[in-house]
Amino acid sequence: MELFLHQVLAGLATGGIYACMALAVVMIYQAIDHLNFAQGEMAMFSTFIAWQLIQWGVPYWVAFVLTIGISFIAGVLIDRIVLRPLHGQHILAHVVAFIALLSIFNSTAGFIWDWTIKNFASPFGSGQLFGQSLIGPHDAGMMMVTIIMLVLLYLFFRHTRIGLAMRAAAANPESAQLAGIRVGWMNALGWGMAAAIGAVAGMLIAPVVFLEPNMMLSILLYGFAGAVVGGLTSPGGAVLGGFMVGVIENLAGTYIPVVGREMKLSIALCIIVAVLCVKPSGLFGRPVVTRV
Amino acid sequence: MSKLLEARQLCAFYGPTQVLFALGLEVEDGGITTLLGANGAGKTTTLRSLSGMCRTSGEIRFDGKTIGGRATEDIVRLGIAHVPQGRGTFSRQTVEENLQIGAMTRSGRAAIAADVERVYGYFPRLKERRTQQAGTLSGGEQQMLAVGRAMMLRPRLMLLDEPSFGLAPLIVEELFGILRTLNKQEKVSMLLVEQNASLALDLADHAYLIETGRLVMEGPAQQLRDDENIRKAYLGY
Amino acid sequence: MLLRPETREPPVYAVAGLTLAQWKVILLAAGLVVAAIIPFALKNFYIFQITLAIIYAVAILGLNLLTGFNGQFSLGHSAFYAIGAYTAAIMMENLGINYVWAIPAAAAVCFVFGFLFGLPALRLEGIYLALATFALAIAIPQALKSSVVEEWTGGVQGIVIIKPDAPFGLPLNSDQWLYVLTVVVTIIMYVCAVNLVNSRTGRALIAIRDHPVAASAMGINVSLYKSLTFGVSALYTGVAGALGAIAIAFVAPDSFTFVLAVALFVGLVVGGVASIPGTLVGGLFVLFVPNIAESVSKGLAGAVYGVILLLVIYLMPSGAAGLARLVTAKLMQRR
Repeated sequence: MELFLHQVLAGLATGGIYACMALAVVMIYQAIDHLNFAQGEMAMFSTFIAWQLIQWGVPYWVAFVLTIGISFIAGVLIDRIVLRPLHGQHILAHVVAFIALLSIFNSTAGFIWDWTIKNFASPFGSGQLFGQSLIGPHDAGMMMVTIIMLVLLYLFFRHTRIGLAMRAAAANPESAQLAGIRVGWMNALGWGMAAAIGAVAGMLIAPVVFLEPNMMLSILLYGFAGAVVGGLTSPGGAVLGGFMVGVIENLAGTYIPVVGREMKLSIALCIIVAVLCVKPSGLFGRPVVTRV
Repeated sequence: MSKLLEARQLCAFYGPTQVLFALGLEVEDGGITTLLGANGAGKTTTLRSLSGMCRTSGEIRFDGKTIGGRATEDIVRLGIAHVPQGRGTFSRQTVEENLQIGAMTRSGRAAIAADVERVYGYFPRLKERRTQQAGTLSGGEQQMLAVGRAMMLRPRLMLLDEPSFGLAPLIVEELFGILRTLNKQEKVSMLLVEQNASLALDLADHAYLIETGRLVMEGPAQQLRDDENIRKAYLGY
Repeated sequence: MLLRPETREPPVYAVAGLTLAQWKVILLAAGLVVAAIIPFALKNFYIFQITLAIIYAVAILGLNLLTGFNGQFSLGHSAFYAIGAYTAAIMMENLGINYVWAIPAAAAVCFVFGFLFGLPALRLEGIYLALATFALAIAIPQALKSSVVEEWTGGVQGIVIIKPDAPFGLPLNSDQWLYVLTVVVTIIMYVCAVNLVNSRTGRALIAIRDHPVAASAMGINVSLYKSLTFGVSALYTGVAGALGAIAIAFVAPDSFTFVLAVALFVGLVVGGVASIPGTLVGGLFVLFVPNIAESVSKGLAGAVYGVILLLVIYLMPSGAAGLARLVTAKLMQRR
């Protein structure tokens, strides 16, 4: 029983990472109605920027805020410059553009900062949290930041006009135009926000998995999985989904004998697929009702 | 009465294909003009051209200002509300949110809230469903929501694309009654595109008839309605 | 008062005096002539590369049938490629079966696998299906490495295959023979694909892609067709995998990661979604462009690849096929 509890808590700890990523994923989905496959690499690149700033002597929290700002601007620019020529094209063309961005960010990061692992400091310190050893201060800090971001995003989307405008622009761009909403800039704003959230996710995750150009690949996948399980229309669901994925992955690794380290990812994803087959819009997602 | 909307030599293109050929039409300030024609005649394209949603050449003036070539978002802000074909509902948002979206270009929370209540006054059924996902509304209700959304703009001109489409006759009658009221009481001018000629000619002051991208007839609505030859030849009744 | 339209013959369009149909025949003939010359005109290594490009084209054709013509978004076709490759390898090395039979066997196995995967996939749409297929792409290499099946799959090391020689003592070396084999199989599969797409079944698939509700209302058994398409799509990519295994003479789990799945997807879009000839362009792209990127800058190979990919997609957002259509439209005149 104690092993079970231990694994659940450990799963929640890693789940915090996935929850954070899942939030970023759902964010961008709400904003632009696509899944951005380059999200992970952009987050990784942002984290490297933060690392570089810290290396240059900038204090942690200053670097944190600066990185968020830089990432936001970069996100807006990517939408306005890189994605502009593809405006109105088939979604598959957009996906190819995301793949291209993924490749560019990954390769450039490796080129500038090389492929060795680097340490990234945690602002929450190490050691024991309240004298227990199951959840460390960083894990707790990460969960806290994720939840704060979630609350802020919820308030933004549900209770501000610009949040509603963004949702409208993503849901029905033509109708939004006819309501006078500048859809192009709403999309850019969405990208900026997603990049910023991704940066936060990256900076929270790096202390745990160590900073290197390929760090986000599997995490992005888990993040997608969490977002999908929770439901792409529900940021809260995505966060919960992220935690669930963490727990499932850990329990599967512990209790299913066939599953060695390599199989953990597959099993987790298989379970997610199973969930989707039962509830196609995710556990907490609102099914989109369309009239025939 | 002055001309609120004027189009001269309006041509429209989808890619390399030309679909409108040197149209000239006008909407009087405070009046209702209708554009009639069969499927594929170019009615929707005409409205889209006026809203800046396709490539055009020629002159379009709204309240004396040139709007041809401007972005849709800017044209809307000048006071033109376009109720598109198919209603353009924001299905995933609630009824109330749909109305809020319509008011996105305006400021003043109190004024907007008052307008939301005004819309509910015209369409009490929408008030009943204010927290419902808009995509679950019936066709008639979605059409009312679309008109309500347009009203939130406080437009001077409303472009309506086949509002009667797919609706039961009783609902259509109700809707057109409300349009008449809007025109008289709120002083909203209208350009109404319709396939249902008899309905449109009852409501409108002035009528145009379009056929494969060209205007073939225009005149006071009364005239077209009363001329049996025209009705039989062009309007099918 | 009413205009009475004059009856006219439908206009015939032509480019440089020949109709489109005539042009298609000419291009096809030219292509076959070039294909016939290649084994005798090029060095072994280049023959090998062209063989691989054609194999990738077949793999992309499989993906095209599913995603392009049937609208089911798959980011996991590396899984079917891997299964085809391993089926062939296991049959050839562990069971001693001749490669000629290994290829149809791989086809059958992949069809079944694809069909079975297609069944639960029926409930998934768009992005959810993409994720599920991506999960498959990740799972398969891991499963192949697993100790449970190591005995058959050779685990991480994989299986080495003996490259077959030309049969009946033909004066062709290994590479040339494999090229010929690949071209023959490819031609058969392409002809089948063209027939499929132009048949009633093909139209049903396209209907399902464009408007599943209407298709279902017209009596098309959407579930059956979608699952069958998954099977057929897997079959095509599996055959490509089998051919690939024979050509490279080696299979290992890490050759079939999600990187391959992404590459196939990119090849699909670059060639042109729902374009059968486009898959050849896609295959060439998948094979050559990563190498080009690496030769431009070893350290930034990925970045160069990404930039090239962006430029390609800007210039040809509907792929090579889309570009061809645009050019043809510009050149066409009434005859």
